[in-house]
Amino acid sequence: MDPQRKRTIRLVVALSTAVVLAVALVYTSFSASTEAKEPSQVLAAAPGTTYEMTGRVVKGSIRKHGDGISFEVVDRDGKGGRLPVTYSGAVPDPFRGGREIILTGQVRGGTFVGEPDTLVTKCPSKFTKQKDV
Amino acid sequence: MSSLGGALLALAFLTAVSAAVLALLGRRGDRRRIDLSRRAVYALCALLTACVAIIEAAFLGDDFSFELVQGHSSIETPTFYKLAAMWSSQEGSLLLWAWVLSIAAAAALYVTRDRLRELVPWATAVMAGVGAFFTGLMLFAPGVNPFSSLSPAPADGVGLNPLLQHPSMMMHPPMLYSGYVAFTVPFAFAVGALVTRRLDAQWIRATRRFALVAWAFLGVGLLLGARWSYTELGWGGYWAWDPVENAALMPWLTGTAFLHSIMVQEKRGMLKVWNVSLIVATFALSLLGTFLVRSGVLQSIHAFGDSTVGPYILGLIATVVIGSAALIVSRLDDLRSRRRIDSLASREAVFLVNNLLLVGMTAVVFWGTFFPLISELATGTKASLAAPWFDRYTTPLAILLVLFTGIGPLLAWRRVTWAAARRVFRAPLAVAAATLLALVLFTDVPEHPWALAMFTLAAFALAGLAQEFQLGVAARRRLVGGGVASNLAFLVTRNRRRYGGYIVHAGVVVLLVGVAASSSFQTNRDLELRPGEAATVAGRQVTYVRPWVDVDRQKFTFGAVLRVAEDGKELVLRPSRRYYRPTGGGPGTIASFFDGEATSEVGLRAGALADLWTAVEPDISPVRRAARAADAAFAACVRGDAGTPRQCRALGALMLGARDNPALRATALRQIERLQSLAAERVARSYLRAGGAATFRVIVDPLVTWMWIGGLIAVAGALLALWPGRPRRRGALVRTEADARKEAKYREIRDAELDHAAGKLSDEDFALVDAELRREAIELLDEVEGRREGDRAEDGGGAAAGDGEGAEAGEPTAVGARPPRRG
Repeated sequence: MDPQRKRTIRLVVALSTAVVLAVALVYTSFSASTEAKEPSQVLAAAPGTTYEMTGRVVKGSIRKHGDGISFEVVDRDGKGGRLPVTYSGAVPDPFRGGREIILTGQVRGGTFVGEPDTLVTKCPSKFTKQKDV
Repeated sequence: MSSLGGALLALAFLTAVSAAVLALLGRRGDRRRIDLSRRAVYALCALLTACVAIIEAAFLGDDFSFELVQGHSSIETPTFYKLAAMWSSQEGSLLLWAWVLSIAAAAALYVTRDRLRELVPWATAVMAGVGAFFTGLMLFAPGVNPFSSLSPAPADGVGLNPLLQHPSMMMHPPMLYSGYVAFTVPFAFAVGALVTRRLDAQWIRATRRFALVAWAFLGVGLLLGARWSYTELGWGGYWAWDPVENAALMPWLTGTAFLHSIMVQEKRGMLKVWNVSLIVATFALSLLGTFLVRSGVLQSIHAFGDSTVGPYILGLIATVVIGSAALIVSRLDDLRSRRRIDSLASREAVFLVNNLLLVGMTAVVFWGTFFPLISELATGTKASLAAPWFDRYTTPLAILLVLFTGIGPLLAWRRVTWAAARRVFRAPLAVAAATLLALVLFTDVPEHPWALAMFTLAAFALAGLAQEFQLGVAARRRLVGGGVASNLAFLVTRNRRRYGGYIVHAGVVVLLVGVAASSSFQTNRDLELRPGEAATVAGRQVTYVRPWVDVDRQKFTFGAVLRVAEDGKELVLRPSRRYYRPTGGGPGTIASFFDGEATSEVGLRAGALADLWTAVEPDISPVRRAARAADAAFAACVRGDAGTPRQCRALGALMLGARDNPALRATALRQIERLQSLAAERVARSYLRAGGAATFRVIVDPLVTWMWIGGLIAVAGALLALWPGRPRRRGALVRTEADARKEAKYREIRDAELDHAAGKLSDEDFALVDAELRREAIELLDEVEGRREGDRAEDGGGAAAGDGEGAEAGEPTAVGARPPRRG
């Protein structure tokens, strides 16, 4: 086979592989992703679907039960209704009232039930001063 | 002092602008203007160093007239963290960026001061331009001037967030920043090469070290971040595919690809478009990392103050990407290389494959990181991808990378004969097969096929690397005799780039083995225990012996003593959790400690086979009740309610008096603190009285220690590759571009000799390659000699040593064989 032809074939094979992989990547990313919602949207959404909820923990709402905690969250801007949340398992260090959290879970009986090990608490803004103390 | 700092910063901005302008004016080779622009960059470096010194002095001296100091430090902040507090702030981290950039730019211009005369003005303009951007940002963007002042100066500052008070804070951010910033140098020289159409390997030779330094810094920064997360924040995790982690990983991946592909251009003159594109991508991704932390665009554990500088940095990224793309497209004709890859079984072909894998991995991480934005654009709803999605793609890619890391060093440049391949592949394949067999027969690793593949291929790669050392030493011993150790030392010091690179490979492979083992075979349990109770985790009996408490002015600590029995041995771990007094302001209530920051101090027992990691989350509800009661009692005492003891009434009177008489305030404060510390101890003991129930997280992490060890090995390899050569004889200086080309040619000759000695190159191939390389070397030698005589006539000969490495001039041999002869 002449080298020019060989190179063309190689290029076509490489490009097709790349395209196939890219399509797989795009396809799986849409099917594997979790929709992100704020508490007010979760309150309005249908139960039984898994969401990634980003909200602010209401100060003084954290209660400890047997093997977990319950608390309430509001939208990040502090508006909207309060969404009750339960979560079991270890809680990250920075977690407390007033902090922004990201939690994956679904609504069951009016309560957002978090999946274990999905609770992320944002570091208290490294780059903004702590105005609330 | 803050006004002096502000003035210096403004001066730095003007200096950066004038350096860029002077460099552009000198682009036609005006020596005077080029020299001036270089000196302006030195001045920029000096000015920004002074700015940093002023800020650090203000932190050390508790000068709270600096808004920056007031917001991120306090009198009680430990000195160590006062020094690190600068980069915990937005404005301080921008200053760090600009400062590190000025150092890297000054160093790059110093080592190229007599070389690359056409290219340097453009590179200077790019680096000074980026410097002007960041200094200008601090001056003109709202709210990010590190020298903004407070008047009157407050008595104390807010303090540094206790979460950031971890030894990693000192090193982790500066390392990452240095990594991001140092990629500016190769990017700037690439732009210079594109503009001037000097697209041979000279810009690569001039900046390869900077790329390697940037890569190493970024790698160390990533490792420190992972370690920090493992011991402090992350509840036992070292990597979470968090957007900010990804942002630092992406330039590291493309930087790794770049370090490999530039070798192909240096040696074979190929992949020119690929190399300039990679360095543009790496620099743009570095800026993207800087941008992501400051934009609030993506949700992450890392702090995202929605700040004002995001759009500006985005503008710079757009300028860099669009400008460079246009430049590359307009130079496509000059970038075309004459050569083609001779054979798919050659080192350059393997480098190409590993480049594609690394770039593929970057694409996966990029897509996953920005998926929330992509999905919002595509479907209107924000959706995000979690760790399993990332793992699904990066795991097989990492395994393939290890495979090619193993194959690459076994192949010679240009082509490999079948017989040579059989010779060098035999031993590594045997080791891999033996490893596979042992793992299948004696362990439960086959339950995790990915891990099985990783371990097998890691064995293959490590065996191949070991064989490289062994063959090199054996070849030299055949030639000159002597012991193994002395020959190994000679080989490694003579061929630092080659063997340093091999050590980096070994480190990365070991690191990936640690990652594969700890992510596949981790046991992770949450336990609710009371003192005296026990549980079994992965064959280890964990007993909660007793709770303990500690209290000081800054924090409450509630801990546990755990006794762990494994294989008949016993060890004791003492995990704890600390609750900090809220920062800023005077003495608050005791209850306020439990609304402030809390940090976990993990009980960690690292082992070669497995780490035992424990953290405790004490049930502090009884402590909170006790704290509220103590606060109420204190209030009642001070009010002088009926039945309060006499000293209470005395304190109440003292506090009333202090309200009107400032002289009494210090005494009153001391009294309050004394009483509070007594009360605090009682409050702390209430935890013990209530029984000390707690939730524990116990993790058994196999081989995770090897992740850190692998990282250290890789860093050591990078240092070896970077280590400058022996001081040269006078007259053998690497000052000019021709000298650098000569050095590179000698290195090629040494490499070919090593490959031949190791059996990778057949005799016929070696004879051809060697003859060609030696002919080229001699042409270069003649050129250098001619140039040097000309130089002597002109300015009396060279001065200081440059940045070359390897053998002295005239001694190019790798294993101590003959030098090239003329004629």
